[in-house]
Amino acid sequence: MKSNVETKKRSGPVVFSEYQRSEGIKKALQLGRENILFELKISGLKGRGGAGFPTATKWMLTAAANANKKFIVCNADEGEPGTFKDRVLLLEYPELVFDGIVIAGFTIGAASGIIYLRGEYEYMLQPLEDYLAEMRKDNLLGKNILGKENFNFDISIRLGSGAYVCGEETALIESLEGFRGEPRNRPPYPVDTGYLGYPTVVNNVETLASVSHIVLKGGEWFKKHGTSKSTGSKLFSVSGDCEKPGVYELPWGIKIKELLEIVEAKNTKAVQVGGASGTCIAKSQFDRILGYEDAATGGSIIIFNENRDMLKVLKNFMEFFIEESCGQCTPCRIGNIKLMEGIIKIENGDFTFSYINNLKELGKTMQVASKCGLGQSSPNSFISILENFSEEILHTNGKGKENVKA
Amino acid sequence: MSKRENIRIPVSQQPFTVIQPEDTTTIGGTVSVQINEKKISVPLGMTILEACRQNQIHIPTLCHHPDLCIAGVCRICVVDVEGMRTLQTACSFPITTPIKIHTSTPMVRKARRHIIDLLLSEHYGECYSCFRNGNCELQSLAKEYGVDGYTFGHIDKPRYKVDHSSAAVVRDMSKCILCKRCVRTCIDLQEVGVLEAINRGHDTHIGTFLDKPLADVICINCGQCINRCPTAALRANDPSDEIWEAIDNPKKHVIIQTAPSPRAAIGEEFGIEAGHSFTGELNTALRRIGFDKVFDTNFTADLTIMEEGTELLNRLRKVIIDNDSSVKLPQFTSCSPGWIKFIEHFYPEYLDYLSTAKSPQQMFGALMKTFYAKQAGIDPADIVTVALMPCSAKKFECNRPEMKASGFKDIDYGLTTREMAKMIREAGIYLPEMPKSNFDEPFGDASGAGLIFGATGGVMEAALRTVYEIVTGREVPFKNLAIEPCRGFAGVKQASVKLDGCVEQYNFLEGVELKFVVAHGTANAKKVMEMLRKGELSDVHFVEIMACPGGCLGGGGQPIPTNAEIRRKRAQAIYAEDESLPVRKSHENPHIKYIYENFLTEGPCGKLSHKLLHTHYTKRGKFIS
Repeated sequence: MKSNVETKKRSGPVVFSEYQRSEGIKKALQLGRENILFELKISGLKGRGGAGFPTATKWMLTAAANANKKFIVCNADEGEPGTFKDRVLLLEYPELVFDGIVIAGFTIGAASGIIYLRGEYEYMLQPLEDYLAEMRKDNLLGKNILGKENFNFDISIRLGSGAYVCGEETALIESLEGFRGEPRNRPPYPVDTGYLGYPTVVNNVETLASVSHIVLKGGEWFKKHGTSKSTGSKLFSVSGDCEKPGVYELPWGIKIKELLEIVEAKNTKAVQVGGASGTCIAKSQFDRILGYEDAATGGSIIIFNENRDMLKVLKNFMEFFIEESCGQCTPCRIGNIKLMEGIIKIENGDFTFSYINNLKELGKTMQVASKCGLGQSSPNSFISILENFSEEILHTNGKGKENVKA
Repeated sequence: MSKRENIRIPVSQQPFTVIQPEDTTTIGGTVSVQINEKKISVPLGMTILEACRQNQIHIPTLCHHPDLCIAGVCRICVVDVEGMRTLQTACSFPITTPIKIHTSTPMVRKARRHIIDLLLSEHYGECYSCFRNGNCELQSLAKEYGVDGYTFGHIDKPRYKVDHSSAAVVRDMSKCILCKRCVRTCIDLQEVGVLEAINRGHDTHIGTFLDKPLADVICINCGQCINRCPTAALRANDPSDEIWEAIDNPKKHVIIQTAPSPRAAIGEEFGIEAGHSFTGELNTALRRIGFDKVFDTNFTADLTIMEEGTELLNRLRKVIIDNDSSVKLPQFTSCSPGWIKFIEHFYPEYLDYLSTAKSPQQMFGALMKTFYAKQAGIDPADIVTVALMPCSAKKFECNRPEMKASGFKDIDYGLTTREMAKMIREAGIYLPEMPKSNFDEPFGDASGAGLIFGATGGVMEAALRTVYEIVTGREVPFKNLAIEPCRGFAGVKQASVKLDGCVEQYNFLEGVELKFVVAHGTANAKKVMEMLRKGELSDVHFVEIMACPGGCLGGGGQPIPTNAEIRRKRAQAIYAEDESLPVRKSHENPHIKYIYENFLTEGPCGKLSHKLLHTHYTKRGKFIS
């Protein structure tokens, strides 16, 4: 842990701005629940995991729920291909994340917080446990935290087992309860019926890190960054064909082409925004902005240059979803297989356009009829890549060109 | 009654009866919603599916089953809820706010059709070579949505091997559509927990612990999963080919005994509404098929009452008079083979509480190959005994190695109601049109007490009719012999009858409050066993347990579909037939008297009875190597 702290060189407008451990908690205890919720509401903070649900609303619903137990769960199951920002936050800025969890616990009235840590991040377990131990020593966790009467709160860390779907909040809760990681029916939502049936807030690591700043510096300060619909800044995990891949904190509303310049990407053909479950944006649309109102993302930006075969890219994504679908609902379990069959047929040049259109329609059904976000978003890349690169894939791609039927 | 043309309506198209909560205001008032332009008011928390069905709006379902908790996995019931980004499953969506619902938008219809197409693409086999042809929910959905081809292809090789290991249940996972009804049945309804989804994504399949063959896990063979399977992925182990072979062999004397529940339900297989008995018609049909003798299992149900009732009185005597602490009370019934395997696996330390009496099916077999063979002058080696049962576990029971008291396999084949209906159809017979006829003598006359074994609480009621009268010399003090506390579908029923004015032989029971418990479904059995474990049954004398919800009439071999309404109607049919019979108490059955006078001459629980009519159990435990 120490060594990481020493190498900390990041800077950014919001998340990577100045913050000292426990500042947020102290301020929160001073503000009181109502004011914290007020500041959050002002800030316009939306969930950073990708779905973009307003954090203040989620907390208010849970705070208002009538139950003798409540939980705050930090979703650190960072599994979206191409995202690695939570890893940076947990390793380099644990104070932001843990303070955020304590603030959440205080605000909603929870006595325990749980970090659901991605199975592959097992190597972080010990440093994080050490950090928690220090927090306990300093009364940032435990009983009557920082002298606040009756504010008792602790955090435990639970390891996932490598299933992508467990990043979906209800599957995550099932997994926490010891069941197969399968998404639940919603409604009821976790804010009402969550972990062990109690009202539960599930927030992304970055969301909670942002909370620490907002509570300390105010909602208005946060809102100054970003756009009106996408306030604040975002951590982007940039990978692929560029000179400077890595984690960047940039304000929402930045254009894709601006981001490409920052990371020194050249000859870029396409940008996959939002990881495998996101959409693929072609060069002609690089003026689009990153934000909830346009190209939303949980942070993953994957850059492809002109040498990349987009059909192979697509196939790689579909392989991922076939592997990671929980297998519970029909559209996702079988739909992804059917989309893959289509990709293989395109590869072999053995397809008709009506068949491809059928598959695109199937993809649209999957988007609306699947049980959870996984199946709802798995056809995104199929639809967007085939639409944006139809020339390359359906008309000029190797054998496809000769064998294609009308 | 329906005519022949009235073929079975697929489950997904059946009108659905929603039982209205008696007072909706007590559960939180009502909500106004709009479904397809129609404004209605529904109780708070009611699902969209229930609200639609109550208002005659059809929503297709597949993973939904009225007996089971909500899964929301097949997605066929999706509807459009205004303001929501995605479609919502009607089965799982509770109405808590005033919403606008559209059940047939282009997007909804397309999604449903896609889901059917996807399921069909992975569903191995063709309808015409499938035993569920005509009674398959996937097939009827395909029809409903006009599927005329495989949009996304069709699997041409089975993905999984058929598991024939179990004597009772055959699993063909290549036909499985992963609705998880079997999983929910096994885990939630029956609390056995043999089946669960294994692996994920496209590799997901329903399997057992470590994917072991079903015979090697703690399956109790109740077959409730079969009853709720929408396709042909689960079926009972069908012995009808062997039975046809025996019938066609002139050397073999083929006897069939029919249990009370199949006759109250078999009409459903021929398109007749639930709740009509076809006892006489069935007898004729069985003779036309070629069975040499058609006997009534109720006869040995009466015999079971004599044996089990006497065993209970003996246990009471030993406990009350002899203070014998080795004798266990309460005595548990032993006629449900699913329950027997359940207790052997889950509560092996309590096997001493079980009555040692065999089930009526097995008693019958033992008598056929001894007493009857001798009387009729037939070599028992040439007798083939078939049992028509509402049950899949009976197939396992008749194959238990200890069930050979006669020197032969007591019962050769257990046949379910569904398989019997198939044989009847194969023989070119339309059951409802058959003339009525009686059972063959001497095992054809049975009491109404034997008949009501088919319903939960029936064994208890039959036993009380006899035990009370033996002990007090008077009829049970219930109007029309209907012991109401035993009846109905409450999960666990408890009641008592006071024994007074006892005859001299039983004056040790004077003033005793005979307490009994009745439970059906192994989830309820588990509750009772936990009560026993905690010592809460120390003042109870007799416990009836049936493995299947509703008792035998809801058995795993009964016609598909099943639900609470159907089970209630079958029970009505059984109780109505009981009332119509001249003899309604087991001990008054003249043939029972005859058999104790001429064969089992030492009386109930005598030496010969013990050899032929009683059995022992196996401590199986939950850990299987």
